[in-house]
Amino acid sequence: MQDWIEVGLVDEVPFRGSRLVQTPQGNIAIFKSAEGRVFALWDKCPHKGGPLSQGIVHGESVTCPLHNWVIGLETGEVKGPDQGCARKVKCKVDAGLVFIESAALMKQVA
Amino acid sequence: MKQKLVIIGNGMAPGRMLEHLLELAPDQYEVTIFNAEPRVNYDRIMLSPVLSGEKTFEEIVIHGDGWYIKHGITLYKGYKVTKIDRAAKTVTTENGITESYDKLVVATGSAPFIIPVPGNNLAGVLSYRDLDDVMAMMLAAKSRGNAVVIGGGLLGLEAAAGLSEQGMNVTVLHIMPTLMDRQLDAAAGHLLKAAVEARGITVLNGANTKAILGDKKVEGVELADGTVIPASLVVMAVGIRPNAALGKDTGLTVNRGIVVNDQMQSSDPDIYALGECAEHSGTVYGLVAPLYEMANVLAKTLAAEAAVYKGSVTATKLKVTGIKLYSAGDFAEAKDREEIVLRDASRGIYKRLIIKENRIIGVVMYGDTEDGPWFFDKIKKAEDISADREMLIFGQSYAGGVPLDPMAAVAALTPDAEICGCNGVCKGKIVDTIVAKGLTSIDDVRAHTKASASCGSCTGLVEKLLVLSLGDGYKPHAVQPMCGCTHLSHADVRRLIVAKPLKTIPQLMQELEWKTSCGCAKCRPALNYYMIAEWPGEYVDDSQSRYINERVHANIQKDGTYSVVPRMWGGMTNPKELRAIADVADKFNIPAVKCTGGQRIDLLGVKKEDLPGVWADLNAAGMVSGAAYAKGLRTVKTCVGSDWCRFGTQDSTGLGIKLEKFMWGSWTPAKVKLAVSGCPRNCAEATCKDIGVICVDSGYDIHFAGAAGLDIKGTEVLGHVDTEQEAIEVIAALTQLYREQGHYLERIYKWAKRVGLDSIREKIMSDSEKRTHYFERFKFAQKFLQVDPWQERVNGKEAHEFEAMRSFPKKMAAE
Repeated sequence: MQDWIEVGLVDEVPFRGSRLVQTPQGNIAIFKSAEGRVFALWDKCPHKGGPLSQGIVHGESVTCPLHNWVIGLETGEVKGPDQGCARKVKCKVDAGLVFIESAALMKQVA
Repeated sequence: MKQKLVIIGNGMAPGRMLEHLLELAPDQYEVTIFNAEPRVNYDRIMLSPVLSGEKTFEEIVIHGDGWYIKHGITLYKGYKVTKIDRAAKTVTTENGITESYDKLVVATGSAPFIIPVPGNNLAGVLSYRDLDDVMAMMLAAKSRGNAVVIGGGLLGLEAAAGLSEQGMNVTVLHIMPTLMDRQLDAAAGHLLKAAVEARGITVLNGANTKAILGDKKVEGVELADGTVIPASLVVMAVGIRPNAALGKDTGLTVNRGIVVNDQMQSSDPDIYALGECAEHSGTVYGLVAPLYEMANVLAKTLAAEAAVYKGSVTATKLKVTGIKLYSAGDFAEAKDREEIVLRDASRGIYKRLIIKENRIIGVVMYGDTEDGPWFFDKIKKAEDISADREMLIFGQSYAGGVPLDPMAAVAALTPDAEICGCNGVCKGKIVDTIVAKGLTSIDDVRAHTKASASCGSCTGLVEKLLVLSLGDGYKPHAVQPMCGCTHLSHADVRRLIVAKPLKTIPQLMQELEWKTSCGCAKCRPALNYYMIAEWPGEYVDDSQSRYINERVHANIQKDGTYSVVPRMWGGMTNPKELRAIADVADKFNIPAVKCTGGQRIDLLGVKKEDLPGVWADLNAAGMVSGAAYAKGLRTVKTCVGSDWCRFGTQDSTGLGIKLEKFMWGSWTPAKVKLAVSGCPRNCAEATCKDIGVICVDSGYDIHFAGAAGLDIKGTEVLGHVDTEQEAIEVIAALTQLYREQGHYLERIYKWAKRVGLDSIREKIMSDSEKRTHYFERFKFAQKFLQVDPWQERVNGKEAHEFEAMRSFPKKMAAE
């Protein structure tokens, strides 16, 4: 069974923007599209580790602020001619709250 | 010895005549032009796009000042000729200048007809004739009030559409039962009315103006039936009258216009009349194509070549974006005439051909006008159409029974088929010129043949001729789209933002049919900048369309930390500021402190969450953001100038500080770096900056368009000014011009290369009115931009940027 942990209100995440969740394993970026869909990725671009949370969100993608790689928010996969994949974190929205998989916080400790 | 040719008037007809004459007989005449309008020759038929905001005046100039100089022509701008002495063969201007002539060309054009009703001279009653009228209308439109256009002809409707685009609430009064009754039949007039009304313009047909109401300024229009329509602007567009008074006073034969023979010669053999002021075989013309035909004949006559003007058949197109309408020839109903009509109500299409003795004599088209020139060609050639009659109305694609693709259709045109109606250029001339001169682009064809150089509606045809002539050798002038979200270029988008107008990003994406739901990381920052630049004080900055550096007002580094650069005006600092910087570096464990190339101090490795704290401490010491992250004004680098240096000629440091204090906060298409050097030794390295000043004994040399990055390029000289105040005004005006014309991320040197150094010098240095215009616009925009973004964020703006949504302590994670 999936264990979830609540990280905040959907309303705290700006549309076409993101917020950070800090964990001992590193930062997780919570994204929200213009339509209000919420996604979560580890905040590291597969290219040079750029903080994806700081990029421009468009459609269901984010462009990394360091070298403009475009990452799909749904899967974490790199779009276009470049190759790679950002690590995805499962997340869901329930009653206006954002939850991420609790396994994300345990992974390396467990 | 050269003969003296004097021309009165500098409109499109004499301009075209001179072009031909210079080709035919470059050395025959010494040419002098007197122009009552204080301008060079511009494309009057493009005034409507200027009014609707789709073009600027600069874009419709046909001959700039340089053209006259190059050809040794003396042009008197703003000089009205009031007397012709035929015995002495001289002309004299209002202000007493007299010039003798061997040959004289009268090209005084026409004047708008002002209807004789009470109040027609009130302030706020305008005609629609020249650039002054357009400027006055654009100014009046700023009120967003009510406008009445009297006259529902071509000009009136273009004026109405333009004023409506400018945000006015417009009513068109037309005395006849249908719009454009001289060019359209009732059915097409009805379709046109519906299309005009769909744009929010009210149309009143059969409306007879009784009086224009108001005390000193116009307040409304009263109709014969007693209706009163409130208006702060009234535009009269009921027709034009030839300006023939000068000819009449001189004793030339004048009816409606100055009467000319087939060589454009008036009743005095040494005096010619040309253009709208001339009357040929009882007809006066007001459209550009016949005027150009007259110009050709006159040029040949003056070059002593045989030429005959036989009158013109005219075709009309309405230049209102989105309304397709074409008419040509004679389309009145009569006994000996037949007609072929095609109506397609659901597509809003109406086509009617008027046929007499198996020849088309008139055509009216609405909704689909593609075949207009094809029919027009048949009218002019009086072609017998009995063989193709059944399919004729379906147009060229169906002629001969086999549908042709557009390329084959163009290939099938005969060499004498007219391609460009404005300039009377036929297919053969275009194709021959492409081959003979090795032309490869539309711009080349425009430069060499004038085809597509006026209204541009034949550009597609000309492009097909290039393909046919060059095959794969033709690389279409690539319109580089902004990004994958649109097919529009940066230039198109900037133009449409003003023209429509578009005031938010979602509105723009909707109206310009963006292919993605909310753009991408390429177009969104560009659009956000264009909005800020066009709509100062109105547009609300969209921080989610900013690159991270501009969103958080610091520079992101490779490890995700940020660097912070406080402003140091003109590169000057003091112990207090330095102490504050040192304290901040200690307090926040900032790992690196470095001097930048622009004479500032950079604090590197600041954690994002520490940024507001760092800024608060720097603010407390009186420092604001140095904008080292901005596509905007960065730094003004200076040397110590006359304050300290034994070679310094002026206070370069002081000027640098003044410039920076005046210009900080400005957003620009790409970063802008300045420098001021106190003498030509140039210690501030001003000659590789976007804008540089070299102080000299006599004042200030202003440079621009340098580069010292990916490209290395010395600056170009913009000009010299005598005072510090002028230097500031010139630099701010230059920056504003760049703000309005530059494509996003295009540095000044690239922009200057694209638009031409001369076009910039002309606006900023030669024309003090334009310079003031740009300077004032810069000043206005600055009112909204000079807010320290650091201070705002210290006070809590966009706090979410700098705080984590949630932090999980180590302990909990280890549970």
